[in-house]
Amino acid sequence: MELEIKVNGEQWALNVAPADVLLDVLREQVGTKSPKIGCERGDCGSCTVLMDGRTVRSCLVLAVEAEGHQIVTVEGISYQGLSELQDLFLRINAFQCGFCAPGIVLSATELLEHNPNPTRHDVQEALAGNLCRCTGYEPIIEAVLGAGQPKVGLDRPATGPAEGDRP
Amino acid sequence: MIAKEFEYRRPATLGEATHLLADHPGSVRVLAGGTDLVAWLRDDAVDPDLVVDIKDIPDLADIRLDGQTLHIGSLVTFTNLMESDLVAEHAPLLAEMSETVASPGIRNRATLVGNICSAVPSCDAGPVLLAYNTTVHLTGPNGSRNIDINDWFTGVRETARREDEVVTHLTIEVPKHGGVYVKLMRYAGEDLAQAAVGIVVYPNLDYRVAFGAVAPTPIRSAAIEEALRGNGLNDDLINLVVAMVPDEISPITDMRATAEYRTHITGVMLRRGLVAAVGRLAGTGPEYGTRLI
Repeated sequence: MELEIKVNGEQWALNVAPADVLLDVLREQVGTKSPKIGCERGDCGSCTVLMDGRTVRSCLVLAVEAEGHQIVTVEGISYQGLSELQDLFLRINAFQCGFCAPGIVLSATELLEHNPNPTRHDVQEALAGNLCRCTGYEPIIEAVLGAGQPKVGLDRPATGPAEGDRP
Repeated sequence: MIAKEFEYRRPATLGEATHLLADHPGSVRVLAGGTDLVAWLRDDAVDPDLVVDIKDIPDLADIRLDGQTLHIGSLVTFTNLMESDLVAEHAPLLAEMSETVASPGIRNRATLVGNICSAVPSCDAGPVLLAYNTTVHLTGPNGSRNIDINDWFTGVRETARREDEVVTHLTIEVPKHGGVYVKLMRYAGEDLAQAAVGIVVYPNLDYRVAFGAVAPTPIRSAAIEEALRGNGLNDDLINLVVAMVPDEISPITDMRATAEYRTHITGVMLRRGLVAAVGRLAGTGPEYGTRLI
């Protein structure tokens, strides 16, 4: 079937089968690798993408359902440089292996869009469907909470370690 | 990846949809949010020749109030319910229940109606829609009909919907009432119910009491409702109805809980739920959304 979708602002005309899920089409046809193949049943959140501004599990969306909709992945929110949230993820070291990070950044982006000053409970609820097996979640929650707050003591550069930081 | 082939259609009208359904007996599935169906397709739990996506059919996404009747279209998602001012004002119990469903990324797609069409025993919508005496409205190729929610659930993942029918909407009567949805999960966050209790109480002390995840379908307890009817709550009455719980439910032991635990905890949840629902009716109960267990 013909499929026209917008991914990160770019229009795509694709040929897909009804059984193709959005996740596989994004990764294999569009070449956007940030949505990850995890549980493939909506439990782990690693395949999260934004569809018309709301998070969806791209493993549970048929690609043909996305016809005419706007898909944004983590690549799409950083095309003009890192978002404030991504910046904080880097500074606080809020991920380790990084497998869950794109999904978590998108879930948190949706939260901050609707609720710029979330409580710790709000953040926990928003991320309840995004599993992380490395961090224990604490630095992730700190990063999301920090994105709504004035920055204090976070004076390292946004895009990487400061000179003199240990590798 | 889904290792099967099927045809996908997205009709623009209800009539077209019901005819597609009627033309493929035994091998057709309706798609709305897809959070159950796509997982079931992948698991090989269903094997349709045709999937009919109803998301392009107009008017199925409405939430509106006609007098005291709340109308909820079959494309209304759990997120829509949580964000609706009408729901917040007239049926906050629906929002309380919706908040407990899976995670935001699921709630953004999963629909209230889809939840009762999938009809798994732990479906969160079940106890609440039973307690509300909801009416399910369907349209088939030969016209429309209504089904009382009490006749809706016919077995595990089975409902009274005929295969050629589309659920168009639900209607719920929402005069002044207090309500509660108490859901036990293994951990705070994303989980299916181990046991669930939905209660609605009206100013004339008419109580509706329903349970989820403790029988093959969500169920109401006529015996407990009868014992409560017309009575204000007191410790003796609460103890009486909590003692009735083991005879009213038939839980199983599975990976999420044992039957014994489910039986015990359902009594605890009924006790807390009754107090909260009656308190909310009086305007003194815990805020909707407060976790009671």
